[in-house]
Amino acid sequence: MGCEKKKILTLVSFLVIFPVLVNYIPAISNYLEVMIFAGIFCLVTIGLSLLMGYAGQISLGHAAFLGIGAYSSGIITAKFGLSPWIGIAAGIAISSCIAVVVGIPSLKLKGHYLAMATLGFGEIVFIVFNEEVNLTGGPSGFADIPYLHVGSFEFSSELTYYILVWAVVLMGLFFALNLIHSRVGRAWRAIHGNEMAAEAMGVPTSRYKLKIFVLSSIYASVAGSLYTHYICFLNPSSFDLFWSIKFVMMVIVGGMSSVWGAIIGTILLTYLGNEWLSAFKHFDVLVYGIILLLITMFLPGGIVSLPRILRSKRTNSR
Amino acid sequence: MTSLLEARGITKHFGGIKALNDITFRVKPGQIKAIIGPNGAGKTTLFNCISGVLKADKGEIRLNGESIVKLPPHRRAAAGISRTFQNVAIFPEMTVLENVLVGRHCRSKCEMLKAGFRTMSMRREEKDIEDKGWSFLEFVGLEEQADKLASELPLGDQRMLEIARALATEPKIVLLDEPAGGLNTKETERLAELIHQIRNSGVTVLLVEHDMNLVMDISDEILVINFGKKLAEGDPKSVKENPDVINAYLGEDIDFSDL
Repeated sequence: MGCEKKKILTLVSFLVIFPVLVNYIPAISNYLEVMIFAGIFCLVTIGLSLLMGYAGQISLGHAAFLGIGAYSSGIITAKFGLSPWIGIAAGIAISSCIAVVVGIPSLKLKGHYLAMATLGFGEIVFIVFNEEVNLTGGPSGFADIPYLHVGSFEFSSELTYYILVWAVVLMGLFFALNLIHSRVGRAWRAIHGNEMAAEAMGVPTSRYKLKIFVLSSIYASVAGSLYTHYICFLNPSSFDLFWSIKFVMMVIVGGMSSVWGAIIGTILLTYLGNEWLSAFKHFDVLVYGIILLLITMFLPGGIVSLPRILRSKRTNSR
Repeated sequence: MTSLLEARGITKHFGGIKALNDITFRVKPGQIKAIIGPNGAGKTTLFNCISGVLKADKGEIRLNGESIVKLPPHRRAAAGISRTFQNVAIFPEMTVLENVLVGRHCRSKCEMLKAGFRTMSMRREEKDIEDKGWSFLEFVGLEEQADKLASELPLGDQRMLEIARALATEPKIVLLDEPAGGLNTKETERLAELIHQIRNSGVTVLLVEHDMNLVMDISDEILVINFGKKLAEGDPKSVKENPDVINAYLGEDIDFSDL
């Protein structure tokens, strides 16, 4: 846990110092806006990293859970006029119920088959968002979603929302790190390493796989709610297959072996997508493809594995 | 005398092949019992049926008189059956210590919420898990390798690690599937000593093994199976002299008078 504390401290000081530096570095001039999105996506990828990197399961449908959280929040606040906090709670409840129903049959599958099943699930949810016009507004979506508020205080400025989002991310990260360094996290990694042996050691493998699937869906759902109350407008295009793949990519580029990889990968790819790749216009997909190709070929452990590789190179050359 | 583990009429088919045919045997508490037989006799299949990796088509398995045949493998581990695997099944990306800690899973109970919020009771339990984990590492003599990745250990140490992990579940009976496979003479001697120590600590041992010297040396009782059927059962001496067993190992008895 000691080295994790240092990493958390680094992240927090980075989060505090950067908003000040923004004014001096043009390449990150949109820092607050981009980092709000990055924080929201970090929540998704922290959950996904637990699911993929630790428990060894894959999901190509996590944008669906992001969408379920987003639409729950949006519909409950804009259409029923209820408190956004009820919306967030409803999103969590709906996402976890759906995750249980989808997870029980599909987590019996392994590898490519599980990927295909979750991909199918994501497509189904995407179609529902498009076709349930009365509820979701169909392809054109709906607007007029209120800001998050506590009492009379509204999270309407970028700075307050930045602080809120990253506070939630830090809580989510803390929860995830605690889990990793516990018998629960070890059980997930054991399932990843050898499912049969894990079962023989007393780990109820199917229940543990379902648990992490549900937990990661909750992370994504909370992220969806935060997303909704930031842009205050919803349409299905943010929750399609491409986004599911992007989340998986963020985890892989950063490094699947640790949640820190997910955070690094997410910040990097969000910057690429929102800022640096705008010159490529619609060809940005091509750049993503090239990045993924290069990472899997030359750095299969992701960015977090770089220090270890450099260190072993240095000791070898001596 | 009462038996700790009792298997009655275990039968298992794979398609048209009868891998196990009506196998019945008992293991007494405190025994070291070996299962031997030629390749493909069904020894590992029998192990898989007992530990729950495979479901027997027919038959009854009792541990301390209670039927366990309907329990999934993880519940059997909690009931007191632990095992190692023929092709070492360690968790390669986890450290040696963490491998053993996984063995404590069925003896601890903090679930996701407690673990995620790191409650007091969870921290206390983690401390206990770690202490016990170290003691089992020391039992097999791997404490100095604790922080290495399990995949970095040589095969002999990996087998020891698997035994430590199995013992960490505090089983009543431990099933060792070819523990001497791939070990050199010196390592095998150490293994024999370790198996005695396991028995002396109060854990009953059931093993499948090809190394006949080891089997004859350490076993109290031997069960011989061939083509999925029980061939003989008894102490090492009587098994060694049993003509059926000699036939099974040396090939069919040919009656030369026919020629």
